[in-house]
Amino acid sequence: MTSSTNALDRTNYLNATKGFMSWFWTIDHKRLGLMYLWSVVGCFILGGMFAMKIRLTLSGDVDFASQTAEQMNAYNNAFTVHGAVMIFLVIIPSIPAALGNFVVPMMLGTKDVAFPKLNRFSYHLWLIGAILFVTTLFVGNLDTGWTFYPPYSTGYTDVSVITAVLGAFILGFSSIFTGLNFIVTIHKMRPPQMTWFKMPLFLWAIYATAVIQILATPVIGISLLLILVEKTMQIGIFTPELGGDPVFFQHLFWFYSHPAVYIMILPGMGVMSELFATFSRKPIFGYKSIALSSIAIAIFSFIVWGHHMFVSGQSELMSIIFSALTFSVAVPSAIKVFNWIATMYKGSIAFTTPMLYGLSIIWLFGIGGLTGLFLATLGTDVHFHDTYFVVAHFHYVMVGSALFGFLGGIFYWWPKMYGRMVDNKWSKIACIMSFVGFNMTFMPQFIGGAHGMPRRYAAYGPSAGFDGYNEASTLGAMVLMTGLFLALGTLLWSLKKGKKAPANPWGGVTLEWQTPSPPPEHNFEIDPPVVGDPYDMSLFEWKGEEEGFLPVNPRPDDPCVANVQPS
Amino acid sequence: MSTTTTVAHEGGHGHSHDHPKHLAHHFETLDQQFDAGKLGIWTFLLTEVLFFSALFVAYTVYRSNYPEVWQFASQYLNTQLGATNTLVLLLSSFTFAWGVRNAMLGQIGLLKMNLAITLLCAGGFMGIKYMEYSHKFHEGTLWSGNEDTIFRLHAEDVPEHIKEHSHAWDNRDGEFSAAVRDLDPEFRQKLGIFFGVYFCLTGLHGIHVLIGMLLLLWLLLRSMRGDFGPDNFNAIDFGALYWHLVDLIWIFLFPLLYLIS
Amino acid sequence: MSNHDSESHLGHVLPLGLLLKVFFGLVALTVLTVWTGSMDLHGFDLSVALIIATCKASLVCLFFMHLKYDRPFNGMIFLFSVLMVGLFLAFLALDTHQYQGQIKAKMADDLHALEAGE
Repeated sequence: MTSSTNALDRTNYLNATKGFMSWFWTIDHKRLGLMYLWSVVGCFILGGMFAMKIRLTLSGDVDFASQTAEQMNAYNNAFTVHGAVMIFLVIIPSIPAALGNFVVPMMLGTKDVAFPKLNRFSYHLWLIGAILFVTTLFVGNLDTGWTFYPPYSTGYTDVSVITAVLGAFILGFSSIFTGLNFIVTIHKMRPPQMTWFKMPLFLWAIYATAVIQILATPVIGISLLLILVEKTMQIGIFTPELGGDPVFFQHLFWFYSHPAVYIMILPGMGVMSELFATFSRKPIFGYKSIALSSIAIAIFSFIVWGHHMFVSGQSELMSIIFSALTFSVAVPSAIKVFNWIATMYKGSIAFTTPMLYGLSIIWLFGIGGLTGLFLATLGTDVHFHDTYFVVAHFHYVMVGSALFGFLGGIFYWWPKMYGRMVDNKWSKIACIMSFVGFNMTFMPQFIGGAHGMPRRYAAYGPSAGFDGYNEASTLGAMVLMTGLFLALGTLLWSLKKGKKAPANPWGGVTLEWQTPSPPPEHNFEIDPPVVGDPYDMSLFEWKGEEEGFLPVNPRPDDPCVANVQPS
Repeated sequence: MSTTTTVAHEGGHGHSHDHPKHLAHHFETLDQQFDAGKLGIWTFLLTEVLFFSALFVAYTVYRSNYPEVWQFASQYLNTQLGATNTLVLLLSSFTFAWGVRNAMLGQIGLLKMNLAITLLCAGGFMGIKYMEYSHKFHEGTLWSGNEDTIFRLHAEDVPEHIKEHSHAWDNRDGEFSAAVRDLDPEFRQKLGIFFGVYFCLTGLHGIHVLIGMLLLLWLLLRSMRGDFGPDNFNAIDFGALYWHLVDLIWIFLFPLLYLIS
Repeated sequence: MSNHDSESHLGHVLPLGLLLKVFFGLVALTVLTVWTGSMDLHGFDLSVALIIATCKASLVCLFFMHLKYDRPFNGMIFLFSVLMVGLFLAFLALDTHQYQGQIKAKMADDLHALEAGE
């Protein structure tokens, strides 16, 4: 097994078997992770195209009066598809399914997740869901918004709701099975020495996410199914004309969809914890409080859903209760941010590309999280609801934290995935461009929203005075798009031209860094070492570009060391 | 943990300590595999409970807001058929639980018999359900949006063929306490909501029974092939857990729907 | 309560007698619930029906589903799911009760308007 060549030239999980079916029908968690990754990237480009359509519709001096009905319908379709694709097909599977699948078993030192075939089934379900979603684009003009509120979705709009809802339903089951798999994997496949409080924080985050996935996703499943029967058979439960109650649907919907926000963000926070520890070369500050705050967020996420319904028919009493409860989420979120900052304090910070994404998130999540408090406050929300303030808020959280976390995670684990280093300079430029572009896009929306600029309008007209914000946003979106494409470009470039990566290029201590890059088919050539503190940075030392970080006390048969020192 | 251990089982005679025949490559021991499977299936049952939760919540919310509607609507359901179905499902649960015992002890003949009885009971349940459903379609006791329903805001919209044949509509033989046509329109429409909830709940449960029947068929075929025994009964055990959950849900559905007095 | 048949080293084998007892217990409870369902219990109908159903469910869970002999964590998961449903239900019932009056008033108005129009 040991030879002097890099792991790329040996048998690894990428080149062990070849052909379409060896990927499509694989049960290897690493290959499934990569397939999720590329599928998610594909869907992200699709969702991004619709985002650009929105921005282009809103910029320029289009007057409300000059818009035709078709143009406005197309606009409604664009923001609906953008939202639905980005949420159901991109952010929800991004970190848990793509990065989680790749990393979780390796962090645990095992060969695979607990149920590899179920894992493959999840991915195939995801593909079916994605295909149904894409079909929706051709079936009709989906214009309900991603929330599918009845009675509009069930009574008035066209049949495209059916394929979209069916797609989301199937995607939900894909998500449930992924979560179930991770819960069992983390419970039952941990090596004996790895106690709960010796787990890497990414695993804590994935675990908390999985808990939400299995508790909340079934509820959206049944809600969407009910929309389906309501639409096709007029069952009546949500339709006021038939004696039903549409607010009831909103409760069902947000009982899932608020926790879903944390399905999106918690894994990003898990990635952040890994990034800050590794790149500050310091043990993470406040390990236990970060770990438990993930669980706290998961619990709180279930008792705050009503803050989405302050102005949509919910009773005053419940609005007051939900408003008060919502503030509680700020506490565990702030605990995390403080701990990350404290981790960096007096650390030896390496400004690598993944770390730049990490630092961006502190800024973006800070703004996104704090503006959330304005919206949680019942009084101010009455003013802010359905304005661009809300749009900016959730983009700061969803894109700023979840998507940047995803990108940070991709750049962090990319050497492990493909055994290649990404170009340092250009990937940093891409990160900074995305960061600047993002703020240019959404900062004006905060201001516009605070001035009462309503969301979901196809045109405003010059007299409304919102054109400036729209122009700035569109310009920012261009910069953001360029930055993101540049990031993709550097990744693709590295596949062919990137330097070969050592086993541990960043100095991480978690187990996935203790196997060659890319790993062999069953993750480890020899048993992974006894697990200690996952953030004890003194275990590895820097040996130069080519060797990366190596264990201070290497074992004689360590394949990562043999990598460069022929025995 | 060497890289060569794959699904190949050299000399896998049951309890070989190197690599037992039924141990998947990524588990260390059979115990770990069994525990993981057990935790997995229980987690899945949790998702199933939450999957049904929305409908139970719908039931409760509408019932607590319109108790008199629920009370009135319950008389359209046939308690005898519901009770029979409860007993049929309980019997099937018992035979499946017995089947798990058979698999653990290696009593393959009994196992096959019990699985077959369970499957028959499931079929019987669906048969009775079909009778109930077709009766309702005949009488027009359906959800408010159905074109044949008698539970409408405007009584004149009820189709003629339903008016002519439905006993529920005009109380022809005194089976029901009041004729639907004489009810307050709003009350009548809310009866449709009851049937919306009824059909969703029993329909979803029925789908679960159908899935369970496929599962049973698969298990029966596999046990005929001789797959199961004391060292390999996980599939039977986990299948039984699913089936018991389907039974559990019916245990609650029966009094909630049929026994409102 | 029951002896361990040691043929299986993984799962717990339940004696057939116990399974039969549980089954007949369930049948008896079903008969009981049909019987109490036919009586007028002055507002306690629902509670009685639910108590009987919960007893039946517990029997199925503890014995048929082996929870009595299983790892406690599996049972906790299941209880937790029921708790979640309870939480969901409590919030929702609280809310719909609050605004139900408005809906009823509106519907009554609409009906009046409809009748006046005709």
